[in-house]
Amino acid sequence: MLSFLIAEIPRLFTIYNVILLLKAALTTLSLSAVGCVIGLFFGFLLSIARLSHRPIFWPLKALALIYVEILRRVPFLITLMIFFFGAQVLGFNISALAIAFISTSVISTAFVAEIVRAGLRAVKPSQMEAAAVMNFSAWHSFWHVRLPQAWPLILPPVFGYFVLFIKDTALASQVGVLELTQAGKILNTKGFSASLVYGAVLILYFIISYPLARFGAYLERRLGASRHSRPRRAI
Amino acid sequence: MHYVLHYGQIAPYLPYLIGGMAISLALSVLSFIGGMVLGLFFAVIRNEGHPILSRLVRIYVAFFTNTPQLVQIYVIYFGLPDFGILFSPFAAVLIGMTLNAAAYLTEILRAGLGTVHAQELDAAETLGMNRLQTLRHVTLPHLFRVAMPALTNQYILMTLGTSMASIFGVEELTGRAFNINSTTFRSIEIFTTVAVLYVVVTFIATILLALVGRWAFRARVPVL
Amino acid sequence: MAHLDIRGLVARYNNATVLDGIDLSIERGEIVSLIGPSGSGKSTLLRVISGLLPPREGTVSLAGETINYADRRSLRRSRDKLAIVFQQYNLFGNMNVLRNVMVAPVTIQKRDKKTVEAEARALLDKVGLGDKLTSYPDELSGGQQQRVAIARALCLKPDILLLDEVTSALDPERVGEVLDTVKMLAADNMTLLIVSHEMGFVREVSHRVAFMADGKIQEMGPPAQIFGAPQQPRTQAFVSRILGH
Repeated sequence: MLSFLIAEIPRLFTIYNVILLLKAALTTLSLSAVGCVIGLFFGFLLSIARLSHRPIFWPLKALALIYVEILRRVPFLITLMIFFFGAQVLGFNISALAIAFISTSVISTAFVAEIVRAGLRAVKPSQMEAAAVMNFSAWHSFWHVRLPQAWPLILPPVFGYFVLFIKDTALASQVGVLELTQAGKILNTKGFSASLVYGAVLILYFIISYPLARFGAYLERRLGASRHSRPRRAI
Repeated sequence: MHYVLHYGQIAPYLPYLIGGMAISLALSVLSFIGGMVLGLFFAVIRNEGHPILSRLVRIYVAFFTNTPQLVQIYVIYFGLPDFGILFSPFAAVLIGMTLNAAAYLTEILRAGLGTVHAQELDAAETLGMNRLQTLRHVTLPHLFRVAMPALTNQYILMTLGTSMASIFGVEELTGRAFNINSTTFRSIEIFTTVAVLYVVVTFIATILLALVGRWAFRARVPVL
Repeated sequence: MAHLDIRGLVARYNNATVLDGIDLSIERGEIVSLIGPSGSGKSTLLRVISGLLPPREGTVSLAGETINYADRRSLRRSRDKLAIVFQQYNLFGNMNVLRNVMVAPVTIQKRDKKTVEAEARALLDKVGLGDKLTSYPDELSGGQQQRVAIARALCLKPDILLLDEVTSALDPERVGEVLDTVKMLAADNMTLLIVSHEMGFVREVSHRVAFMADGKIQEMGPPAQIFGAPQQPRTQAFVSRILGH
C-alpha cells in the first residue's frame, strides 16, 4: 500500500497541481487576512460604541453587545450557510468567494471587537483626562493617546485570530470556494488517494500556520515586554 | 427581493432538531472528556516527562493546533481506508475532535500546572500525602481553579466545532438542518433557527460550567 | 477683578457631597495653597475648576468670564487659559519626554512647531531634564516624571496653574527637586492654586493659605496666620498635628 502511495507522488506534484495548491493556499491566507482587517475596522466601531458614555450611543451599544455575544456562539459553517442560502433566496448574484469573505469578516468582527474593547479599556482613564484638560478633542485624544497605548495590547491577540481563522476557513470549501481544502477535494476526485492528498493539504496548512503562530508568540512577548508602544522615532 | 419568511413551516421539525442537538452534545462532551484525559497526560509529560517524550508531545501539539480539524477528520475518514482502516462517520469525527481537543487542552492544562506553587506541593508532602493524594487534593483542584475560564472557552469552541460532523454525514444539529433544507427549501429559516439553538445551548453550557467551577473549584468564570 | 473667582461651588461624587459651597477669589499673580485632611475636597476643587467633574451648583469665573461647563466652547476657552499638574503625573506613556511637552502646543494650540520645540527644550533644561528628551516616562523616576509634567503644563503658557499634590506620589528624597522647580516658576508672576501636604513649602511660597475640611473652606489667611495663629479650632488641631507630628 505504502509503495503504491509513493509511486503516486510524482503524478500528484505536477506543475499544474502545484500551482492549483499554491493558488488555493493564497486564497486561504487572504480569506483569513481580509476577515481580520475588516474585523479590526468594524471591531473598532463596535468597541467605540460600547465604550462610549453618551446617551445617543445606547442603542448602538446594545446592538454591539448582542452582536458580539451572539456571533461568537454560532458555528462558522452555519454563518456560511446563512449567507450562502440568503444570497440565493434574495436573488443576489455573488460568488462563493465573496460569501466566504463576508462570513469570515462578520465572524471575526465579533471576536476582534472583544479584543479591541479590552485593549482600549486597559488604557488608564487618567491618560484621557490629562488630554482633556489640555483641550484635546475626543478624536485627538483617541488618535494621539488612547490608540497608541492600546494597540500593543490589541495586535498580538488579533494576530492570533488571524492564525486561527486560517484553519477555520477550511469550512469555506463547503460552499465551493477554491481554498486549500477544496483543492484537496478536487485532487481527490481526480483519482489521487485521499490519504496522500489530504496528508499533503495538512502539511501545507502546517507550513503556513506554524511560522505565523511562532511569529504571533514572538509579537506577544515583544509587545508585552514594554508597557507602552514605542514608535522609536527621533523627534 | 419578495421573500417572505415562514418560520411556521419548520416548527414541526423542532423536536427533530433538538434530537440532533443531543448528538452534537454527545460529540462535544465525549471528545472533551477524551481530550481532557489525553491532555492531562500530555501536559504532565510536557512539564516533567522524559525530554524525548516531551518533545514528541510538543510536535503533536504543534501539528494539531496548526492544521484544520476538518482536514484532520478528512484524513481519518477518507485517508485511513487507504490503509484498510475504516471508521463510521461518528467515530471518525469523534476521534478527530478528541485528538484535536487533546492538543489545545494540553496547552491550557500545561499553563495551569505551571501555576501550582512549589510551596503547596511541599506543604502536601509535609502533611504526609503520597503522590496520588497530592494530585487529588492539591494539584488538580488548583489546576481546575485557574484553568476553568480557558477550559470553558475551549468547550464552547468544541461545541461549535461539532457542526462540521454534518460534512461526514453525521446527523447532528447541522446535519439535520441540511436534511430539513433539502425537503422544505426554507434555508434561511432553518439555518437561523439552528444558529439560535447553538447560541442557546452554548449559553447554557457557559452558565453551567461557571456554576460547576464556582461550586467545585471556587473558580471565577465570567459568564459574559 | 479677581483672576479666578469661585462662588457657592457645590459638587457631588457618587451622591456624596464633596464640595459644599466654596467661595474663593484669587488675584492675578497670587499664589494660594489649599491644605486640609485627605477627603476634604481639595483635589476635587481642582478637578471641578478644570472641568473634569461638573459642578452641581455655583460658578467659576476666569478673568471675568463665567465658565459654562455644559458648553464645550466655553470649557475649551477656559482650558486654554489653565493647566493642571496631576498627583500621578499622567504623562502620555506612548510619547517621549519632548513629545509629551510639545504635543498639545503643536497639535491642539496649533503653534509653530519650531518655536514650541525651542521653548520645550528650554523648559526641560530649566527643570533639569535637558538630557532626557528622548526618554519615555516609564524610564524616568517619579520626580523626573513630575518635573516633565510641570514643564508640559508650562509649555501650554497658562494664566493659571493648578498643582494637585504634585509631591505626594514621590519618594521623600525626590520631593525637594520638584518643589524647587515649582518655587523657581512661582517667581514668574503666574497665578497658582496649589494643593499640598508639604507645609514648609506651602508656608514659604503662598500668599494666602486656605484650610479645607468637609468640602468647605474653614479658614483662610496669610501663612503666618494659618500656621502661626489659626483662628478656628479645627485649623488649630490640623496644623498642630501636622507641624507637631
